[in-house]
Amino acid sequence: MVRSEGGGRWPVGGAPIGGPEAVRAQASTQPTDTRRSGRWRAGDWIAVARCQLLSLAALAAWAVGALVVLAILLLPIGVGFALLPSSAAALRRLTDRHRAWAARWSGVRISPPAPLPGEGLTRRRRAVALLGDEGFWRDFGWAWLEPWTGGLLVAVPLALVEYGVFGALVQPFIWRRIDDGNWYAFVPVHSTATMLAALLLGIAFVAAGLRLAPVVLRLHTRLGGRTLSAPRATELVRRIEELTDTRAETLDTQAAELRRIERDLHDGAQARLVALGLTLDQATRLLDTDPQAARELLAEVRATSGRALQDLRELVHGIHPPVLADRGLGDAVRSLALDSFLDVVVAVELPERLPAPVESAGYFAVAELLANAGKHAGAREVAIRLEHDPAHGALRITVTDDGRGGADPARGSGLRGIERRLSAFDGTLALHSPPGGPTTATLEIPCASSSPKTSSCSGTG
Amino acid sequence: MRVVIAEDLFLLRDGLTRTLREHGCEVVAAVDNAPALLRALRDEEPDVAVVDIRLPPTFTDEGLQAALEARRTRPGLPILILSQYVDQLYAQELLAGGEGAIGYLLKDRVTHTAQFVDAVRTVAGGGTVMDPQVIAKLLARSDARGTTAALSPREHEVLELMAEGRSNAAIMNALHIGESAVAKHTAGIFAKLGIEASADDNRRVLAVLAYLKR
Repeated sequence: MVRSEGGGRWPVGGAPIGGPEAVRAQASTQPTDTRRSGRWRAGDWIAVARCQLLSLAALAAWAVGALVVLAILLLPIGVGFALLPSSAAALRRLTDRHRAWAARWSGVRISPPAPLPGEGLTRRRRAVALLGDEGFWRDFGWAWLEPWTGGLLVAVPLALVEYGVFGALVQPFIWRRIDDGNWYAFVPVHSTATMLAALLLGIAFVAAGLRLAPVVLRLHTRLGGRTLSAPRATELVRRIEELTDTRAETLDTQAAELRRIERDLHDGAQARLVALGLTLDQATRLLDTDPQAARELLAEVRATSGRALQDLRELVHGIHPPVLADRGLGDAVRSLALDSFLDVVVAVELPERLPAPVESAGYFAVAELLANAGKHAGAREVAIRLEHDPAHGALRITVTDDGRGGADPARGSGLRGIERRLSAFDGTLALHSPPGGPTTATLEIPCASSSPKTSSCSGTG
Repeated sequence: MRVVIAEDLFLLRDGLTRTLREHGCEVVAAVDNAPALLRALRDEEPDVAVVDIRLPPTFTDEGLQAALEARRTRPGLPILILSQYVDQLYAQELLAGGEGAIGYLLKDRVTHTAQFVDAVRTVAGGGTVMDPQVIAKLLARSDARGTTAALSPREHEVLELMAEGRSNAAIMNALHIGESAVAKHTAGIFAKLGIEASADDNRRVLAVLAYLKR
């Protein structure tokens, strides 16, 4: 579930973040290939190419859809039982491909349906199970809709570009050889002047097609999101499983925390207070007979009481650092930076105080990452950035160090700990740590977990 | 010496008042919240204020905020902050003005009355007193970064006490060494760290702290 290579972003607790929402834009990851080069942008040409791919895929969808119908029709004579599972699987591969494209091209995550039934079943039972599977029927519906909706939609910019190219590049050379019947769109091409008009018109068509392609691509993704996303019930079941898991983890963590506090008190302050009582008793008995020894014992009592206080201080700091309670996350992280042996630069852009649990999770995550940077990465400089992303109602923390990189959450218990803490918030940890560094850890914590739509990151008193 | 005390717990406020009176200080006001502290600082014009960092109504860092505010209107107003915890960030904020006449101590230090009263007097006299825990953390950081690597172990100890704001006499007592030894060690420290030696005690503390914060 956890990757470390690349700059991947993955949900900590398992399946998709964002809960019941079927489609949700992930961060501000618009496709990165929209580099501008004058008025003709490379991104637009890429979008046209993608439209071409989609239109071919729509043809494939039509073919696979027809295959599925054939399989269903052949069920009565038995052949269908063999054909249905394989054609359903082919259909699922196609829809999976579309979901992957949506994520890669538009940064839109379409939640996948539950896997097709059929693991370890006989062919006959598999076919029957398929006929009762909601995900299969959704795929099937999509296969019949896609050619007429998505397929036609992506054909528009394609047709514009292709017809435009024909007008601009082919018309100038062929019009002399063809007589009066030669028209380009509404222009009768039979002289140099009309040929130039056709050429300009062709360029205009290409420009329009290019301009349209990215828009159409986004529209196509939205359209696909409607039909391709998992049924709401599947989505909710998955969410419940995820919440059950993270709740169990949270309770475990909490119980472990309480055990640790109990043990710390027992071995620390409590033990010292007992020792204090014993020493005081001894000192009282020696007071008359050996005042000098009594004085030494009293000095010991003072030292012990000081250590008991120090134990309590450290315990409280581990539970909830006072500076975090006093000043909030920004200053608490600044305080961490001052304590660190590394050169730490902190940039804080938080409008106001965040909910206390979010602050606490953020604080301990930064503390862990900072410790890792010093201990394992051998870093010298660390940059920490805290910002509130109003679009997603989330706290985003970026920690970058100049260490040797190669951090792997699968091996470090500290990173696992951060993930456990974040999972209770549907938070994510993305780690980019190529060998040789630099390492960038990006944490996102939605401020009101279960319902991203009603997040209230900045609305606490 | 006229002292204002701000502490919200009655027992501690009472104890502080008595301790300071026993050592010949005049406690002109003992208040339990930040607004009253600001009023007392304005009306009584004390020589020094001893302030608990956590005061009502918010019980966060009200005492610190009040102290900083009072020093904005009257720069160099001597204030000694007491706290259950010491935090490097707060230490930095208190030292930021670079004026001295500031102290930051853990509350438990009050139990060493003689040292505590010494600290109050140092702050009243324009000096700087930082809790050993603040200094220990600063020194640990400097050691890890290698900025104090050139010092001998003894010089390291002397540097620690200097940074806490102790006078030469206090350093002599603490380390059981003579006056000439202290002078030798301080000269060695300044030479090795490249800090400009200063006869003025307070400037010496500030220079050492500035070096350690690098």
